[in-house]
Amino acid sequence: MSASSEAPTPAGELILSLGGICKNFGAVSALTDIDLDVHAGEVVALVGDNGAGKSTLVKVLAGVHAPTSGEIRFRGQPVTMTGPSDALKLGIATVYQDLSLCENLDVVANLFLGHEVNPWQLDEVAMEVRAWTLLSELAARIPSVREPIASLSGGQRQTVAIARSLLLDPEIVMLDEPTAALGVAQTAEVLNLIERLKTRGHGVIMISHNMEDVRAVADRIVVLRLGRNNGVFTPGSSNAELVGAITGATDNAVSRRAARLAEGEARP
Amino acid sequence: MTDNHPKPLLDRSDSRVAHAEGLSGALKGFLDRVRSGDLGSLPVIVGLVLIWTVFYTLNPIFLSPNNMVNLFFDCSVIGVISLGIVCVLLLGEIDLSVGSMSGVASALLGVLWVNQGMPILVAMAAALTLGACVGAIYATLRTRLSMPSFVSTLSGLLALLGLQLYMLGATGSINLPYDSALVGFGQLYVMPSWLSHGLALLPGIAILVVGLRTMEQRRAASLSPGSLGGLIAKAALLTAGLQFVVYYLNVGRGVPWMFGLFVLLVVAMQYAFTRTKWGRSMMAVGGNAEAARRAGIDVRRIYLSAFMLCSMFAALGGMLSAARLASSSQQAGTGDVNLNAIAAAVIGGTSLFGGRGNAWSALLGIIVIQSISNGLTLLNLSSSLRYMITGAVLAIAVIVDSLARKSRASHGRA
Repeated sequence: MSASSEAPTPAGELILSLGGICKNFGAVSALTDIDLDVHAGEVVALVGDNGAGKSTLVKVLAGVHAPTSGEIRFRGQPVTMTGPSDALKLGIATVYQDLSLCENLDVVANLFLGHEVNPWQLDEVAMEVRAWTLLSELAARIPSVREPIASLSGGQRQTVAIARSLLLDPEIVMLDEPTAALGVAQTAEVLNLIERLKTRGHGVIMISHNMEDVRAVADRIVVLRLGRNNGVFTPGSSNAELVGAITGATDNAVSRRAARLAEGEARP
Repeated sequence: MTDNHPKPLLDRSDSRVAHAEGLSGALKGFLDRVRSGDLGSLPVIVGLVLIWTVFYTLNPIFLSPNNMVNLFFDCSVIGVISLGIVCVLLLGEIDLSVGSMSGVASALLGVLWVNQGMPILVAMAAALTLGACVGAIYATLRTRLSMPSFVSTLSGLLALLGLQLYMLGATGSINLPYDSALVGFGQLYVMPSWLSHGLALLPGIAILVVGLRTMEQRRAASLSPGSLGGLIAKAALLTAGLQFVVYYLNVGRGVPWMFGLFVLLVVAMQYAFTRTKWGRSMMAVGGNAEAARRAGIDVRRIYLSAFMLCSMFAALGGMLSAARLASSSQQAGTGDVNLNAIAAAVIGGTSLFGGRGNAWSALLGIIVIQSISNGLTLLNLSSSLRYMITGAVLAIAVIVDSLARKSRASHGRA
């Protein structure tokens, strides 16, 4: 995380490519003609207003919803996903907003849920070792991996959820609102984790409402509006541009203040 | 830094966490867990000691070796049914038809084996298959039609009861041949004394061997190995306890083979719950089904396996009860069988809300239930009082469970 902010990181090879994705729920079209590319070692932020279709898009990519039409290409191959396990097998891991951890199980059990080592005689030692290495790779601070999830703080739970997504060494990690409901220090910790995912060479798709967080880690910012693509921005773009693209209005409180400021600067 | 400095243990690198060391540490950790509401099997063991003391003071025959042998014979029948209930409770579901299912299984056994003259193994396989089918139907109703298991199994209770009455026909009961192996198994057969003492050694040895191997593996993987003293103490205490129980039962008739079968099933299920991927998936689905589904677990298959196991255990319990009573009758599986099986699992410490419990709860719970029923019978109390007292004990068990839940939540252990 030291020198990554200067030159734009050379994007790795193209991993995931969406073309003309549409998703209808009855009469409502939640997504229309969505295009999205994700490269290795790249953080793509997905921003948009409530109801812009971000979560629907994540669910399509996670295999929860099948798209009504359009094409998902993974490493150039068109793929169809019929369930969450298909997405996992392809190498698309998802960290959901509501975390989806089992509070009654301990950290190790949650990390390995559905992918236990040695199904007929669980190898607890191997799993615990892998858990500790995974957590230390993320420089995560979890006091004990044998405590039930219920005893962890929000940031620690988010850490466990992110660590779990890395278990199968996925090529794409999707994070749905990873910093929502976290404190300042915990948010910083999660943003550090995202940087580390990127340096490990994962493609990262991050959904967030927080423009500061997005600008802190994203390489590209993709704006969705009313289920359609509404522009791709760089972290250098101004807040006014982003808010304009998200709300669809070029005239709003943010742009007016920006204009006033610009005016103020222009005037001697 | 230096070469002779030991590598820091992976799970001991965070200095913020206090870790229990050695035997005293293990004991202290246990007390801390209990204080925070993680009671485990403690309430039921305390309750059992209390119940036995009361009944012993009221009628010393209660603790006599032969009465204990009888008690263990009786435990095995409903205990096996209760083991199935644990499976569905772990998912936060319920099966109210286990009583009727056991009745149907016992009727089917009587009809096929005695009336039709089929080999007994065929009859037993047929009953188990019927159980599997009934469980599969419940699971399908639950997963495909989202029908609450409370309702589907309640209607199953009636339907199966009808099937039982239909199969038994006008006569209403079928006597099983008294000199058959099955009836002997249900009423007479006990282990030879040397064998029972030998078998009672096994758990302690298993704990020691597995524990030492785990310690070795953990040390090799630079994890903290845990306490050797605690391990030895546990194995020694368990062995001493088991040897005493076996010795005491051998003063009477001996350890029933049927109880041996029950304990074997409990141990097998406990292994399946804690050490297999299936068991982990069961706990996950019971704790948070959506999270389990997102983790790639086939939730439907887990439901299917749990309901099928529950009904099959009920069928097996029904056949054991037929063996115990030497008859398949219209009364089999009716009355309090249903609720005793469910109450045993809950009293033993399996939560009604899913995701928390173990196979031992069936064993401990059924011993409590049968002790009450056996003790009250010895006191010549009517079944009306027996029902009321069993009901009160169940209520107390659920209250303890709820209070412990609250305490766990406030100690961040939910």
